[in-house]
Amino acid sequence: MNTVVCIKQVPDTETLIKIQGAGIVQDGIKWVMNPYDEFAVEEALRKKEEMKAGEVTVVSLGPDRAVEAIRTALAMGADTAVHVSDAAYAEKADPYAAAAAIAAAIKASGKPYDAIFLGKQAIDDDSAQVPAMLAEMLGIPAITMVIKFDVAADKSKATVTREVEGGVAVVEVPLPAVFSAQKGLNEPRYASLPGIMKAKKKPVDVKTAADLGVTEGPKTVIKEMSLPPARQAGQKVAGDDAAAKAKELARILHEDVKIV
Amino acid sequence: MPGTLIYAEVQKGEIKKGSFEVASKAKEFGGEVAACIIGKGAEALAPQLAKFGADKIYVVDGPEFENYVTEAYVQAFAQVAKTVNPSVILASATAQGKDFVPAVAARLGVGAISDCVDLQKNGDKVVAKRPMYAGKAYAMVEAVADPQVIAVRPNSFAVKEVAGAGAVEKVAVALDASKIKAVVKSVELAQTNEPDQTEAEIIVSGGRGMKGPENFKMLEDLAKLFGPTATTGASRAAVDAGWRGHSYQVGQTGKTVSPNLYIACGISGAIQHLAGMGTSKVIVAINKDAEAPIFQKADYGVVDDLFNVVPALIEEIKKVKG
Repeated sequence: MNTVVCIKQVPDTETLIKIQGAGIVQDGIKWVMNPYDEFAVEEALRKKEEMKAGEVTVVSLGPDRAVEAIRTALAMGADTAVHVSDAAYAEKADPYAAAAAIAAAIKASGKPYDAIFLGKQAIDDDSAQVPAMLAEMLGIPAITMVIKFDVAADKSKATVTREVEGGVAVVEVPLPAVFSAQKGLNEPRYASLPGIMKAKKKPVDVKTAADLGVTEGPKTVIKEMSLPPARQAGQKVAGDDAAAKAKELARILHEDVKIV
Repeated sequence: MPGTLIYAEVQKGEIKKGSFEVASKAKEFGGEVAACIIGKGAEALAPQLAKFGADKIYVVDGPEFENYVTEAYVQAFAQVAKTVNPSVILASATAQGKDFVPAVAARLGVGAISDCVDLQKNGDKVVAKRPMYAGKAYAMVEAVADPQVIAVRPNSFAVKEVAGAGAVEKVAVALDASKIKAVVKSVELAQTNEPDQTEAEIIVSGGRGMKGPENFKMLEDLAKLFGPTATTGASRAAVDAGWRGHSYQVGQTGKTVSPNLYIACGISGAIQHLAGMGTSKVIVAINKDAEAPIFQKADYGVVDDLFNVVPALIEEIKKVKG
């Protein structure tokens, strides 16, 4: 099974975000592969292993440093990569422009694919738009929030379980299609030391927007950024023992917060 | 004049509260408010939208819309959107909305702004405020062209009863069946009426301090006392330990929530968790570790063993409720 996995490099979840103009302060940030994209990479690798055939191609849009996330995916076991790197996208690529660049990169690579996997959202902008937009631009269906993925032996269709409000839905879809990975899909592997060594020799094809002939710019613009108002530590609930504190808390919820 | 088109979502035979919230907000923008409601049996629900400001209600009803299938719904909505030609399209960022909105935007050839918590009208533009980095920062975002497609996080706006003209028009949609490739084979819903964490008004959440899956029962009991708008949540530590399913996880790799009341039990307050619930209106923390970072964010802190506090709190709340 041939797959394309789209990944994004994002600040580690431990990062304390600082604002600078309409963006964030990039200094001192530890950059990692978007956690949801790890599930996407893992699923692509598992399907290749199960079916004992196929190629896993990584596609990433990002500045030069994004190559580290690409190398991580290659070290996990992906075969090749396309890195769309262009100053025109720096801090300005909204989900639409990102999807257009990725769609163009997939088309230009000429790689055949049965499935495209992405994380359900990137934990930086939290937009969760690229999977659906990419599918639209490629003219194939998108199934989002996938927590179980099975593919027919002839690769004609996939049967997937996706999270829906209050439960799950089982959906059958002909391939190729786009799938966005939700936590629970699998347990991503760590890159092995031999994997890391091998990844250094795997091909990473670097492309600019001009190389790909993408002209679609962003359709949304961030005008300004701010930090949430700082929350102050409030009061400690008084009482000699747990029972007394519970009684006081019940009073607070009733009389002060007025929720009970 | 081009106004606002809202997407009215139907779940379990009812219009989502979030859809009424965006209808109320659309009314404030001025201009005509149109609504598009899709689903099997949608026609019977449509008149409700008039109470919350809809001047015109487009109904797409039929057996082919029994289950939510992205492509079928997108085709139907896009057809209505082309007729209405609105300046702004609003939807609630529910589980379905998050799947639907970017697909609709892409079909219409425009961008989308996800999961907004506030909207300001500035001339022809809507300036949308949305959290990024799970709430560690906020961005003010504008669309460059109409229709400005915006998804609004549930509970961001009050539902206001404002009568709209409420003219109902049934729309016959010509679906291109060749493009509807996904088939919903089955839908399995949990036997619970609890709201989704992103829509709940009260969340009782447990972390590593809960010690095991069996102890979440008391959090469920506590949540039930608060009524049907309450539910339970969990920290990543509790989810990764296998005590709760991932759909309960609150935080940067789970759900971002902003209920009226968030009760954190045995949760230390890692930065990823605090980002996910930091906009809750009132935060209560129960933890025996007085140094736990959660107390820096909590309006009310109970420094004590949750296994003593929570059962006592349940009894006290029962007394208060009489």
